[in-house]
Amino acid sequence: MAIMTVFANPHRFMSVSRPFAWIFTVAGVALIGVGVYMGLFLAPADARQGDAARIMFVHVPSAWLSMFAFAFMAGASLVSLVWRHALADVAAKSAAPCGAAFTALCLTTGSIWGYPIWGTWWEWDGRMTSVLILFFIYLGYIALWQAMDTPQKASRAAAVLCLVGAVNLPIIKFSVEWWNTLHQTATFFTGDNNATYGFKAPMYVVALGYLSLFGGLTLFNMRAEILLTRAEMRLQRRLALG
Amino acid sequence: MILSGAGAVFVRELKQAWSGGGGVSLPLGFFAGACSLTPLSLGPEADLLRAAGPGVLWIALALSSLLPMERLFQADLEDGTLDAYAGSGVSLEWIVAAKTAAHWVSTGLPLALIAPVLWIMLQGPVSSMFQVAIVSSIGSAAFFFFGAIGAALTAGVRRGGLLITLVALPLYCPAMIFGSAALYGAASGGDWTSPLMLTSAAALFAIACSPFASASALRAAID
Repeated sequence: MAIMTVFANPHRFMSVSRPFAWIFTVAGVALIGVGVYMGLFLAPADARQGDAARIMFVHVPSAWLSMFAFAFMAGASLVSLVWRHALADVAAKSAAPCGAAFTALCLTTGSIWGYPIWGTWWEWDGRMTSVLILFFIYLGYIALWQAMDTPQKASRAAAVLCLVGAVNLPIIKFSVEWWNTLHQTATFFTGDNNATYGFKAPMYVVALGYLSLFGGLTLFNMRAEILLTRAEMRLQRRLALG
Repeated sequence: MILSGAGAVFVRELKQAWSGGGGVSLPLGFFAGACSLTPLSLGPEADLLRAAGPGVLWIALALSSLLPMERLFQADLEDGTLDAYAGSGVSLEWIVAAKTAAHWVSTGLPLALIAPVLWIMLQGPVSSMFQVAIVSSIGSAAFFFFGAIGAALTAGVRRGGLLITLVALPLYCPAMIFGSAALYGAASGGDWTSPLMLTSAAALFAIACSPFASASALRAAID
């Protein structure tokens, strides 16, 4: 509770967040660069898929981030609804475009990988369909924010939509077990040694880079959002004074 | 007091729906029209229609249930009825539940009743008409209660109709999958009860969650 209230003050947030936004963004880009280098040049080619498997270093971490970002938004929405935390809805709103971008990246890279390996660009498999629906929920969330006249109304409505949409997250996670059609089941945290260390390490580095970039861009978005609100308030004050 | 208040809302909504103004007949016309256009685009071959019919019927039912959603809460928000409800001492959750239930009885059940007729037009077997009516009435409950969340979220938005579609369609997925599976089961004489039970589960989940989510969204629109 204490940590939550410390950053509920937008002034305090604005004064400390700028260096963190830069650090996270720069570290994220650097980590992604290192991870992509490891994935493209150091990791061994897959025994059966050859070099095509290397797109997994982009695909799998973006899938993780697409779900992480939505879980983060759902958590922030809950905090915003329950405690009326001043920054929580700004955080949820700011994370949405990044989350949508990771979801789009996940869908496109999966499709590009699927054509040579599965022989199809798209299949209505449980995992793919549920991620596509996640993408639509992101779009609906962003559209709802844009459609409302006042941020107060928009934040409540968007928070409710986000919490309702979070039902989809466990569906995505377990879809490969419920409808095991085409997409492989979880191989990462199962102790299964098919994926070797040389293959896993770049994946983790890229995922960390994505996470860091997500944090940095979300902080930048939040700062822009708060500055915009301030500018509007100042404009209204000036208009009111005549 | 709460139940009588919710009951009064339920009765008022039913009277309003049936007192003319096209509230009920428009979605029915849309449903019938969408299904009648299908043979014009797919071609009239009986085998093709028999294969595609259950799916077409189901997507048409889902879209017909979205059609009247835009005005579900918006009309009451604009003329101040919702403010009166909010100050009435009856919790908004009960009122929303009563409104959505009345909406389903006045529009959803008629949709489910004409579904068997459209089923036969799409070359579905006559022997499964009864199953179609059952599946459609339960499925439309899921569509209406999930759709109410979208309606409440966009109540304060002018021309929010298209936004409802974007917001509510992801919620429609479970009822979409299991409801059409039940119809295909009924068409082929196969297992239709187990997908029907999953459709019912989606409907019950919608009925349990929708009043809370919708009321919370409407409170934001009121103040």
